Amino acid sequence: MLNKIYDWVDERLDITPMWRDIADHEVPEHVNPAHHFSAFVYCFGGLTFFVTVIQILSGMFLTMYYVPDIENAWRSVYYLQNEVAFGVIVRGMHHWGASLVIVMMFLHTLRVFFTGSYKKPRELNWVVGVLIFFVMLGLGFTGYLLPWDMKALFATKVGIEIAAATPLIGEQIRTLLAGDPNILGAQTLTRFFAIHVFFLPGALLGLMAAHFIMIRKQGISGPL
Amino acid sequence: MSNQRVSRRQFLNYTLTGVGGFMAAGMLMPMVRFAIDPVLTAEAGGDYISTGTSIDELSDVPTRVDFSYEQKDAWYTSEVTQTAWVYLDENQEVVALNPTCKHLGCTVNWEGRESDPNRFFCPCHNGLYEKSGKNVPGTPPTAPLDMFETRVSDDGILQLGQVVPNTIA
Repeated sequence: MLNKIYDWVDERLDITPMWRDIADHEVPEHVNPAHHFSAFVYCFGGLTFFVTVIQILSGMFLTMYYVPDIENAWRSVYYLQNEVAFGVIVRGMHHWGASLVIVMMFLHTLRVFFTGSYKKPRELNWVVGVLIFFVMLGLGFTGYLLPWDMKALFATKVGIEIAAATPLIGEQIRTLLAGDPNILGAQTLTRFFAIHVFFLPGALLGLMAAHFIMIRKQGISGPL
Repeated sequence: MSNQRVSRRQFLNYTLTGVGGFMAAGMLMPMVRFAIDPVLTAEAGGDYISTGTSIDELSDVPTRVDFSYEQKDAWYTSEVTQTAWVYLDENQEVVALNPTCKHLGCTVNWEGRESDPNRFFCPCHNGLYEKSGKNVPGTPPTAPLDMFETRVSDDGILQLGQVVPNTIA
């Protein structure tokens, strides 16, 4: 059945070469944990991607109930966590996944660093990876405010104070982030929501595409 | 069992697809169940709501009775006002009609158009109903107006329940 559908599409669109390009590639022996168990360190990049996919999926589902409004944000989170079936699991996936993605990304960075994989010709990929790291930190920072509880509020106050300590343009950065020079409130929450679900994920997808295209083009770095 | 041999490639394909599918399902099942929760949540049976209108105020002419109640919409609770057109029939039984037009859901009014006395009129597409709620043939509505379940409290106050299909038209 599936084969027939595949053949039907393939006959018209010739998708096998595209599919081959994406899925069919050599895994060198030195990165294959089946050959050398220590090669599991090469899995952290893929695991980061896997957790990111879970984050995107669970986040999409959470927005079915979440409202980015100071009156209702906390109550909608309380509702989706306590009243909706599996709410505690879906929110839990997003909550714990957020930390896990940082951990995996950090381990991936360590692997790249200690295998020297960032060296020529892969410097650009390192740069893109660092940008991804910043985007992930931004996602963590903006997502932290969204439940709109005390912890979220005061963590964001501190975060915005840190940003406001930037020399010369500190006050402008504060206003840009919070939406108001003095208040951390309604406008901050909608801004953080927009940044968290539209701007940063968009940037993240673009950067990840660049990251993957580059690694496919250049191949995995050689053995130590 | 057939004696067809399963090749190593086939075996690996089956196991990997199976295990992968199982893991994907374990991930997706909570999220899908989470999303479809409103469909599966049983609707709570409604209580009767007091309208604050005494049945002594009613006559055989439909009168507009507004009543409000607290509506719980997930995390948002609010006071909602609804309307019923209430009158006493020949047997002095209370009839309470729901003014939602059966055509496209606009709100009908008793004698809402001067040229149509003793009828409910819907201003959106000129739908008409008889006093019993029966739709007038040749106008857009295809069914009679729904009615509320009614009850009268001990001190003579009208109470309204669920909206049910019309039983008198």
